[in-house]
Amino acid sequence: MTSTIHVAVTVNGRQHEADVEPRRLLVHMIREDFGLTGTHVGCDSSTCGACTILVDGRSAKSCTMLAVQADGHQLTTIEGMEQGTTLHPLQQAFTDQHGLQCGFCTPGMIMQSAWFLAENPDPTDDEIRHGIAGNLCRCTGYVNIVKAIDQAAGELRAQASAPVAVETA
Amino acid sequence: MIPAAFEYARPSSLGEALRLLHDREGEAKVLAGGYSLIPLLRYRLAQPGILVDIGNLDDLAYIREAGGELHIGARTTHHQLEQSDLVARSGLWSDAAGGIGDPQVRNWGTLGGSVAHADPSSDWPAVLLASRASIVVRDLERERVIHAREFFLDTFVTAIEPTEILTEVRVPLQPPGTGGAYEKTERKAGDFATAAAAVQVTVDSSGTITAAGVALSAVSETPFVLLAAEAALVGAQASVALEATIRRAAKDDSNPTRDGHGPVDYKRAMAGEMAVRALRRALARAGA
Repeated sequence: MTSTIHVAVTVNGRQHEADVEPRRLLVHMIREDFGLTGTHVGCDSSTCGACTILVDGRSAKSCTMLAVQADGHQLTTIEGMEQGTTLHPLQQAFTDQHGLQCGFCTPGMIMQSAWFLAENPDPTDDEIRHGIAGNLCRCTGYVNIVKAIDQAAGELRAQASAPVAVETA
Repeated sequence: MIPAAFEYARPSSLGEALRLLHDREGEAKVLAGGYSLIPLLRYRLAQPGILVDIGNLDDLAYIREAGGELHIGARTTHHQLEQSDLVARSGLWSDAAGGIGDPQVRNWGTLGGSVAHADPSSDWPAVLLASRASIVVRDLERERVIHAREFFLDTFVTAIEPTEILTEVRVPLQPPGTGGAYEKTERKAGDFATAAAAVQVTVDSSGTITAAGVALSAVSETPFVLLAAEAALVGAQASVALEATIRRAAKDDSNPTRDGHGPVDYKRAMAGEMAVRALRRALARAGA
């Protein structure tokens, strides 16, 4: 019998706990212990980025992190992106721009883009392509993915400047 | 693709971490960012008895100038290096920092972890060799400073003892007239290099090279200093003949193996090409 370690994390603002073996990968805890299956396991070799989530706001491949490493940290998964019943601007943009075909890579693409746009709110197309260099789309739909991230960047910039406009009005 | 079972500890101080390495000598592995170690665990190429996670040792993440050197804490991430104004002064270091793996790898992967892991195809070891950096390690009793050129012993083998943790990398600050560059070729974005070269040169007002560091990655059992190239560069001025000498040295002194990245002759040719490209850019940055 392998001993387990108690892990407590915040996922999308909600407290979650699990007793896990040290060797349990974070993505497996998220999917199997917490039932949040929006985070995908793609390549199983730290290459494809389908399992990308945010850990304390920093994008991470959750197949390359142990569940015990996440203890005490704030996680954000694709399920946490929707704002009430409104899609996050990235989700809306991937819909509008047809930024997905099979959709398997999409949660990782969106989570990586969320981190990237926080770092670089007004990127060029070239910067977007470098920003998602760790995420593979095997339908090769990169053109529309880049368009979607560009649309979301514009929407997020508009949202960020909106409260200022209200205050000064 | 599930790792073999291991114990796990997350010490809250360096002393506590060193105590664990001492008490569990030979069966402990240090976990920093995890982007090298966790894939090895998953392929079961590494099966440590206990993982010592230094993720809570935040005081090992820093970049500062001290005593004519840049001191970089072992837990500094590639992304922090990529963003640092101090690091940006070195073309060699900033080239390498921005090209490692992919953004997620750079978010979590650390300088110390990469150097201690010593993958023969990784980027930092060649950069440390070319910039004549030194590496600080410590165990419970003492601290040692090891020159990079005495540190990388073999494939995945370094001068670190099992009871030691790599705590800092020290890089000599360069005089004006110094330029550096890192060039690599890879099959696809984020892949390990097929061949890579790190070059740093200092040039005087007449255009003569007064100091040179040249190292190659991915084309031998371990990253290595291209001594023949360094000897040819010092005292020389930029020329087509000099480039040919450097290219030949890189091809001749490489010892690549045939694998999915390509055959031996191709890798030798790429080593030569990367060395020449890095030299050209380093010279341009030095103002030559």
